[in-house]
Amino acid sequence: MTGPADLIFYFVAALTVASAILVATLPNIIYSAVALLFSFAGVAGLYVFVSADFLAATQVLVYVGGILILILFAVFLSNRISTVKISNPVHFNWQAALLCLALFGVLSYTAVSTKFPVKPGLSYQPTTAEIGELLMTRYLLPFEVASVLLLAALIGAALLSRPEGEKERSADMEEPK
Amino acid sequence: MMEPAAYLLLSGILFGIGVVGVVARKNALIILMSVEIMLNGVNVAFIAVGSHLGDVTGSVFAFMVMTVAAAEAAVGLAILIAIYRLKETIDITELNVLKW
Repeated sequence: MTGPADLIFYFVAALTVASAILVATLPNIIYSAVALLFSFAGVAGLYVFVSADFLAATQVLVYVGGILILILFAVFLSNRISTVKISNPVHFNWQAALLCLALFGVLSYTAVSTKFPVKPGLSYQPTTAEIGELLMTRYLLPFEVASVLLLAALIGAALLSRPEGEKERSADMEEPK
Repeated sequence: MMEPAAYLLLSGILFGIGVVGVVARKNALIILMSVEIMLNGVNVAFIAVGSHLGDVTGSVFAFMVMTVAAAEAAVGLAILIAIYRLKETIDITELNVLKW
């Protein structure tokens, strides 16, 4: 039973995995960042397949719109684009491959051997209201802790990326003439 | 809707690719990207099983994972830029001041 929905699922899954492999193997870091975009978008597509509409939108907003832009900024700030040596060499190392295969073996064995209760087919209902209700009632404490964490990360990131030294700091504050 | 095992396998593949990226690459930025791929793989597992069981708790957990991922990316990239300003490199084989 392979309907068109299944074919689209395989296509999106293949896109996600192929882009992830490209991120981990491409020598040029800018190409890696672009491949990461397709990987994130593919994961958002997978969320649509399991009827997680809110999470799919959040994935696009947070990962594609936020984290990826941050990573691209970091790439451009930390590499000399004008020089030739922006790439970083890739050398295959068999320990990494072995570790990955062993981990994947354990994970896939667990995934295949677990018996999931059989449920009636998925109904594609909006989930946003339910998530919002849970966040405001049962998961209120994690929600508030997450907001404090985000505030701390915001202040920390701003503090860390400021230029060092008193002189530059005062120059930073000056009004442009 | 596929079987949850298919989504779990996909999630395992994504996590494995992330592990390879973290272990094998020398550029700190690629390592951060690979960590993001690993977090994405975990999110796929959370949401697929959660929606198979008809429960949005998985989505709430995935939401929390996304929060942590955003915080990690912001602070990690700020640290990388500070290191680059100081050392002019983000190659982890050259950043060995803390190595014993």
